[in-house]
Amino acid sequence: MGTEMTGADIVVQALTDLGVEVVFGYPGGAVLPIYDALFQQNRIRHILVRHEQAAVHAAEGYARSSGKVGVVLVTSGPGATNAVTGITDALMDSIPLVVLTGQVPTHLIGTDAFQECDTVGITRHCSKHNYLVQETARLGPVLHEAFYIARSGRPGPVVIDIPKDVQIMKARYTKPGVISHKTYKPQVKGDLAAIEAAVDMLAAAERPILYTGGGVINSGPVASQLLRELAKATGAPVTSTLMGLGSVPDDHPQFLGMLGMHGSYEANMAMNKCDLMLCLGARFDDRVTGRLDAFSPTSRKIHVDIDRSSFNKTVRVDLAIQGDVGSVMEDMLKVWRARGHRAADQKAWWEQIKGWRSRNSFGFEQKGDALLPQKAIQRLYEMTKARKPIISTEVGQHQMWAAQHFGFHEPNKWLTSGGLGTMGYGLPAAIGAQLAYPGALVIDIAGEASIQMNIQELGTATQYRLPVKVFIINNEYMGMVRQWQELNHGGRYSESYSDSLPDFVKLAEAYGWKGITIEGPDDLDAGIQAMIDHPGPVMVDCRVAKLANCFPMIPSGASHTDMILSAADERGEADDDAKALV
Amino acid sequence: MKHLPSERHTLSILVDNEAGVLARIVGLFSARGYNIESLTVADVSDDHAVSRITVVTNGPPPVIDQIMAQLDRLVPVHKVVDLTDWGPHVEREMALVKVAGVGDKRVEALRLADIFRARPVDTSTASFVFEVSGSSEKVNQFIALMREVGLVEVARTGVVAIARGAEAV
Ligand SMILES: Cc1ncc(C[n+]2csc(CCOP(=O)(O)OP(=O)(O)O)c2C)c(N)n1
Ligand SMILES: [Mg+2]
Repeated sequence: MGTEMTGADIVVQALTDLGVEVVFGYPGGAVLPIYDALFQQNRIRHILVRHEQAAVHAAEGYARSSGKVGVVLVTSGPGATNAVTGITDALMDSIPLVVLTGQVPTHLIGTDAFQECDTVGITRHCSKHNYLVQETARLGPVLHEAFYIARSGRPGPVVIDIPKDVQIMKARYTKPGVISHKTYKPQVKGDLAAIEAAVDMLAAAERPILYTGGGVINSGPVASQLLRELAKATGAPVTSTLMGLGSVPDDHPQFLGMLGMHGSYEANMAMNKCDLMLCLGARFDDRVTGRLDAFSPTSRKIHVDIDRSSFNKTVRVDLAIQGDVGSVMEDMLKVWRARGHRAADQKAWWEQIKGWRSRNSFGFEQKGDALLPQKAIQRLYEMTKARKPIISTEVGQHQMWAAQHFGFHEPNKWLTSGGLGTMGYGLPAAIGAQLAYPGALVIDIAGEASIQMNIQELGTATQYRLPVKVFIINNEYMGMVRQWQELNHGGRYSESYSDSLPDFVKLAEAYGWKGITIEGPDDLDAGIQAMIDHPGPVMVDCRVAKLANCFPMIPSGASHTDMILSAADERGEADDDAKALV
Repeated sequence: MKHLPSERHTLSILVDNEAGVLARIVGLFSARGYNIESLTVADVSDDHAVSRITVVTNGPPPVIDQIMAQLDRLVPVHKVVDLTDWGPHVEREMALVKVAGVGDKRVEALRLADIFRARPVDTSTASFVFEVSGSSEKVNQFIALMREVGLVEVARTGVVAIARGAEAV
């Protein structure tokens, strides 16, 4: 019945048995036994970050690009609290993580011991589940269960808090067989009767739309394939949330682009005017729906989601199907074919869509000589697409421009903090993705403000020789904040100017990176090419127009039909109700 | 959806009897802005593995649905039942009610207690502690009456509830 091992050895053995190859972490007193166990083996690679928040984002980047569970190891107290932002980020975006935190020894818990914090208390509501392991014998079962919970159902972060004495004591460990949980049993298969009803509704629709989200990515690459088949079978237009980009290729004739606050005009108008909405693994987020009482007033709505609590949370739907979106789409296609359905005549619908498309809502006009940020991203896309790059972002205008102007053709290539909107996400996420795919071209499209939130991770990339690229859209402003101040607060740019910026080239060089400056349109292609050609990590400081705004935009509190397409459409300041919205 | 009229619902939640589970449930209510009118919890299994939590909450029907779904997805939750939707069920609450006074007030307190089948469980020459149980309304009513005859303080258990008939939830 297994061999006696220390708790620390059990942790390492269990991780090995679970197929873990990489752990992102940072040592400290309360995890020294585990670090000692890691030192004495060579199956698991430890990546030393420079800040625990970055360890979690790196694990997220690793998980999102590879579909595997990301693993984090941090110490008690400040190690754990530093990880909280990342854990919350992973919860909001449904990213499977297991976060191991050290804890003071059990007899000191509750005494305000050095570097003690109530980690399970603090992370209770920002994790999918968490554990305080109080006996060494429980470590093995808890670790295996934690991985199962993290990756099954709606994925999310699971925290395991391990007191130091539990790491040192010995117990028997055996690798468990198939994990099942007495209460937690995610529903994968959708209800067949509901699926049949959904297929009939879809077949009868004259103006259908497929509204897809991150659930399609989370379900695995097969789900993206099935989505393409479903689009083909039904002939319906497809739009995607920020989280779902890549599930359908950007240039697919039925793809209307991203929807929502900075989504395309055609996607938002089609959502508003459709008669049948099939929501696949998305959750009617406020960034997507705009004003709720004006959201898609004439449609019947079908919602497929693995998480029952997503149904009817903000938008009432006519039919809810709980299950894995890939499995449900597979069954829908079977039923569709078995019933001999054909796409209904959608000519009028596509005519209408063509009209909306012709507004070219992602278009931008070159005025003056400054390099437009949209142009910079467009060229970055064109010059790198052959390499099928993995793109991460920070948060702000550059993130939205990247979503609009960088074309994604496959799932798992787009890593962005959607739910929490965490500045500082992109660089560590890129590092995580680069570790999962050492040969890939991985680019963090950054803002000059966001990049400074986890800038210390330049050192991590250097240490592990990761050829990550950081492409800073430098507008010298917290552009997204400035844009809202312009639209809602009378142009009073309170604290949104990025003053005292570092010399990014020198900064890059100080960390052993290559630094490149793009001063304007004339340097753009050469700068991008030099970035691609350099075999090591590169930071590009791309100076762009300072006051460009991100359009189109649904102003806060407005409906899909009230989109602002360009600066020329800007209306007066929002009323107080609208201003109160985030 | 939040503008629909509010309804009172009694939920039974069976959970792992482990540290932190109650905090998880209560935290879910506070984090998402749901109401708790009352909450009771106790171990109800032979092997001490399962606790039963009874929550009385109120909100419009879609919010109640959302509460059920949110509770249901917590890992340590075995089962959530909305007894109000389930059908006939019994709800009981117990209160200890302290009354102080002498003379007529004291006699009146005893007389009222008798009508409510409240038992004196502590007696001194100047006070009583009554134990009263029943529906929340009955307990409320008893407390209201005691106000007039020298109410000092009240301790209440909150509601426990169970479905009528032979079946378990
Ligand atoms: C950690 C964190 N703090 C604050 C914010 C609020 N916020 C959103 S966008 C933004 C400005 C980002 O500026 P920059 O990185 O330069 O991007 P830009 O909008 O200019 O492209 C801020 C402060 C946030 N999203 N995350
Ligand atoms: Mg900026």
